[in-house]
Amino acid sequence: MDYVIEMLNITKVFGNFVANDNITLQLKKGEIHALLGENGAGKSTLMNVLFGLYQPDGGEIRVKGKSVKITDPNVANDLGIGMVHQHFMLVDTFTVTENIILGKEPKHGAGTIDIKSAAEEITRLSELYGLEVDPYAVVADISVGMQQRVEILKTLYRGADILIFDEPTASLTPQEIMELIDIMKKLISEGKSIILITHKLKEIMEVADRVTVIRRGKAIKTLNVAETNPTELASLMVGRDVVFKTEKKPANPKEEVLKVENLVVKDYRGVDKVKNLNLSVRRGEILGIAGVDGNGQTELIEAITGLRRVESGNITLVGKDITNLKPRKITETGLGHIPQDRHRHGLVLNFSVGENFVLQSYYHEPFSKIGVLQNREIYNYANKLIEEYDVRTQSAYEPARALSGGNQQKVIIGREIDRDPDLLIAAQPTRGLDVGAIEFIHKRLIEQRDNGKAVLLVSFELDEVMNVSDRIAVIFDGQILDIVNPKETNEQELGLLMAGHKVDKDNHQQMLDQAVKKEGEE
Amino acid sequence: MSLTDTIAFIFYNAIFYAAPLIFTGLGAVFTERSGVTNIGLEGVMQIGAFTGIISNLFLHDIFGGATVFVSIMIAMIVGSLFSSLLAISSVTFRSDQIIAGTALNMLAAGATIFLVKKLFEGKGQTPMVKDAITRFDIPVLENIPVIGKIFFQNVYLTSYLAILAAIVGWVILFKTPFGLRLRSVGEHPTAADTMGIKVNRMRYIGVMISGALGGIGGAIYAQSITLDYSHATISGQGFMAIAAMIFGKWNPLGMMGAAIFFGFAQSLSTIGPSIPFIKDIPTVYLYILPYVLTILAVAGFIGKSVAPKALNTPYIKGSR
Amino acid sequence: MSKRWTSILIPVLAVILGLLVGAVIIAISGYNPIVGYTQLWEGIFGDSYVIGESIRQITPYVLAGLAVAFAFKTGLFNIGVEGQLIVGWFAAVYVGISFDLPAYIHLPLAILAAGLAGAFWAFIPGILKAKLGVNEVVVTIMLNYTALHVTNALIRSIAKGDTTEQIAQTASLRIPFFEEITQYSRLHGGIFIAILTVIIIWFILEKTTLGYELKAAGFSQDASKYAGMNVPRNIVISMVISGFIAGLAGAMEGLGTFEYVSTKTAMTGIGFDGIAVAVLGGNNPIGVVFGAILFGALKYGSLNMPNPPAQIPEEMISVIIAVIIFFVASGYLFQWLYEKFSKKKGVK
Repeated sequence: MDYVIEMLNITKVFGNFVANDNITLQLKKGEIHALLGENGAGKSTLMNVLFGLYQPDGGEIRVKGKSVKITDPNVANDLGIGMVHQHFMLVDTFTVTENIILGKEPKHGAGTIDIKSAAEEITRLSELYGLEVDPYAVVADISVGMQQRVEILKTLYRGADILIFDEPTASLTPQEIMELIDIMKKLISEGKSIILITHKLKEIMEVADRVTVIRRGKAIKTLNVAETNPTELASLMVGRDVVFKTEKKPANPKEEVLKVENLVVKDYRGVDKVKNLNLSVRRGEILGIAGVDGNGQTELIEAITGLRRVESGNITLVGKDITNLKPRKITETGLGHIPQDRHRHGLVLNFSVGENFVLQSYYHEPFSKIGVLQNREIYNYANKLIEEYDVRTQSAYEPARALSGGNQQKVIIGREIDRDPDLLIAAQPTRGLDVGAIEFIHKRLIEQRDNGKAVLLVSFELDEVMNVSDRIAVIFDGQILDIVNPKETNEQELGLLMAGHKVDKDNHQQMLDQAVKKEGEE
Repeated sequence: MSLTDTIAFIFYNAIFYAAPLIFTGLGAVFTERSGVTNIGLEGVMQIGAFTGIISNLFLHDIFGGATVFVSIMIAMIVGSLFSSLLAISSVTFRSDQIIAGTALNMLAAGATIFLVKKLFEGKGQTPMVKDAITRFDIPVLENIPVIGKIFFQNVYLTSYLAILAAIVGWVILFKTPFGLRLRSVGEHPTAADTMGIKVNRMRYIGVMISGALGGIGGAIYAQSITLDYSHATISGQGFMAIAAMIFGKWNPLGMMGAAIFFGFAQSLSTIGPSIPFIKDIPTVYLYILPYVLTILAVAGFIGKSVAPKALNTPYIKGSR
Repeated sequence: MSKRWTSILIPVLAVILGLLVGAVIIAISGYNPIVGYTQLWEGIFGDSYVIGESIRQITPYVLAGLAVAFAFKTGLFNIGVEGQLIVGWFAAVYVGISFDLPAYIHLPLAILAAGLAGAFWAFIPGILKAKLGVNEVVVTIMLNYTALHVTNALIRSIAKGDTTEQIAQTASLRIPFFEEITQYSRLHGGIFIAILTVIIIWFILEKTTLGYELKAAGFSQDASKYAGMNVPRNIVISMVISGFIAGLAGAMEGLGTFEYVSTKTAMTGIGFDGIAVAVLGGNNPIGVVFGAILFGALKYGSLNMPNPPAQIPEEMISVIIAVIIFFVASGYLFQWLYEKFSKKKGVK
């Protein structure tokens, strides 16, 4: 069998940390080979080695049988290796064409860029592979789906025949994911080979031919997808058996804690993002909000927590009107908030763990008296929570920056839950965490519910929403499209709802068209 | 004075004062577009002015009439080398660009006067140069009625070279592969890296271009306006060039427009008394005009200007 | 290496390297570095007069450095200390010559005026950043030159010349006892104000909820907003406090060293040296004191270098300070060298 890529016994060390430990990965011509592993398992490091962004400390890379040294991305490009990055590597202020040709620009005789012939070449490629783009649009103005197509075109423009897709579905709608899968199949049929980096088992089962599982920097096993199943892959990935369903008792909902009526919120550009939204969360239940990123979730949470102005409508928390109050007033009324971006919002990374534990309470006793901090009280309290929430840190004086993602999230969760809020908002609480931390966090959310508090969970991961919630509200285009019972629904129905398609199956195509059109406008 | 005379007088003075600002401001555009703030341009101009004057004084016997331009060339090279200190410390060794730029300014102020004292027996001021940048009439164009008199008679060549440089700078920045790459490095260095562009090399080039142009700017200023070098020769012109760059929204042509306007304001404080109306304005308003306007510009009161995104952040491989 | 260690080790190494590089430059320029540095030493410690003058020079450096460091701790780069100092200087002298008051009112009033003038000058970039998100570096740079020209114009308008009259003795910081023990140097009581300010600022930053909030805003505005802090207000407070301290530095010059103010063709340089002081002191209030002692002493001591037999122009010291700053700011250089060195060792 011909291998187009062979990464043999690759080792990569950062300081004392072995990111890749003797990993071997072989890609056959014309296959989609999935690289499966948890966050931090070393997938991205391995691919960055292949793409020339890192130099391996040991091992050999062969491309089409020849041993090569990939010293930088140019060498990778010359070898026909292209990478579609998870975080799009696009310059916002450049046009689609400028982004694609960057580094390999066609020139006029005078030395200036020949934009016209570049745009023609891009149009040709996009028609050949079904990757619709507007060559003259500025990247900042185009949809996420189109940005990804630009990323793919960048590699094709450079003549890549080996494509690396790094977590390509992370920010796509279910429909966009379907399109992407079609594109990948089309690429294979045109003679390309693909490495697909992912931690989503379903995608692998659907599209990949073979899969290599890596765990903590080591390659565990390579299998034919046809001969395996998700349960096996999951336990290989995590290193133990995984319970897919989170254990929980039936919910026992009581009175309403949060009530949102006719809410309208604009985003930072002044565009309406939440449009007349209505919602209610009761004590003793977890309400999950399912939806594709960008449908108003962020603005909804920011409006409830007081971080964004409410244009019109009302928000009531434990019977009190909190519309457009200051964040601190709302917090004190009885709100806990696990923010979506823990690094940006949830923590002051340069503050110590102890200081972070009192981020919401430093200003009142016992943590301060007449404006003077009481450090002894602060660190006693921190040590108590470190124990309670099993935060792995050298001490409470360690800066939060030094903690792993899971432990950082535990600090936030400990801080927010310990204040015993009537409503806990958890936005993407498990993003980027490993399975152990995810289970811990889900348990805590359910515990909070069982203690008679209300929980509002926002997540882009369908699995999470379906497992943890007692009711699921699907948000689409700034409105709650429908509320469903997780026990009576399935992913297909939720997927359609998330794409804005409600009940009426005849109008499916029409709705899809509208969704696509809408996306183009944004 | 007739109206044409007055306009010619104002215009010629405006671009006369603007020329050093345009060169230095163009340098500022290049370095900032690559993602490096060079507030050391004040110091670079001092180095340029010093080098220009010293070269002029010592090379006069060798190069005769061409001395001025030889001196400008030397100042360009020295300015570029001097600014490489900023690149080494902030690009390679990841220092804060503002702090490194401040150190550059201190170094230039100290080193130039140190050398002046060393060369001229402890005096803090050089002698006057014999060759200064001179005025001439541009052939053919000077004969165009009215316009010829305003724009093309009795002008400094450097003024027109400055305008030409800004135009060429614009073409390079927005129409060539080099310009596209330079800008990509200032906006999204990681993306540029994945496209095989050497981020740090581009930034070195951006910084050293700014040093070369700042050196030219300083040499022109000293050889056309002050004609000697002392601690007060360059006093804020480098910062004013940065102001012109911001006011011109990081675009060479916008920067040129702002520099000409600032040059106009500067010239008014010297020539104002001979122009009706303007002589009644207290000079302090003319002095602070460029700075106040720049504050208004960055505050968004005069259009919106957006700095390159990766400005003042060192590029570390593997970080996003 | 632990962080605490490197934060002391790097400045020390940088100072040593800076002095070595300086010695090499002096030698290349045809002077004798040993004679030069000896004279530098004598220029700082030679007799009670120069010791007094050195401390006098250190005083505004402490405050200018503290102003930069305080702003930096709260996430702001106040490169406008120079301008705030200039307006503070003018305000202090203006109050010093315009009123006839008993000393216990006049002196505090003049000092307060300087602080408030500096605070006002810093309020402008503060409010622009808080309300409109304008980069404070650009605004403060522009305000430096605006301050220079505006105070020049004001001096001319009140003095009808380029220099004002002397301030009333009721507004002076001079202490006869200090003058007597230092052979009538210009050493004045401002050093107490500087030290007191350092202690107050240290306390605010490390021990109060205000300091907690200001630092939080400096590290992460998003997290501060999330935690319900009023970030725009905190930015303005930070800037105003920083400007107030810078204004005090101006008062040191106006009420202590010179007792008048005159028009300037260029910046005083103290504000920019304040950046150097803050950088060397690791933006820590206590570190700032050490930074100010070093740079202030070097700056004053250098005035002895042009004397025979060394005859080295005193500007050499600006070169050395700049080199030190390059080294401190490029902290990664040391890490890089350390890694290279330990790697080589590992191979052997």
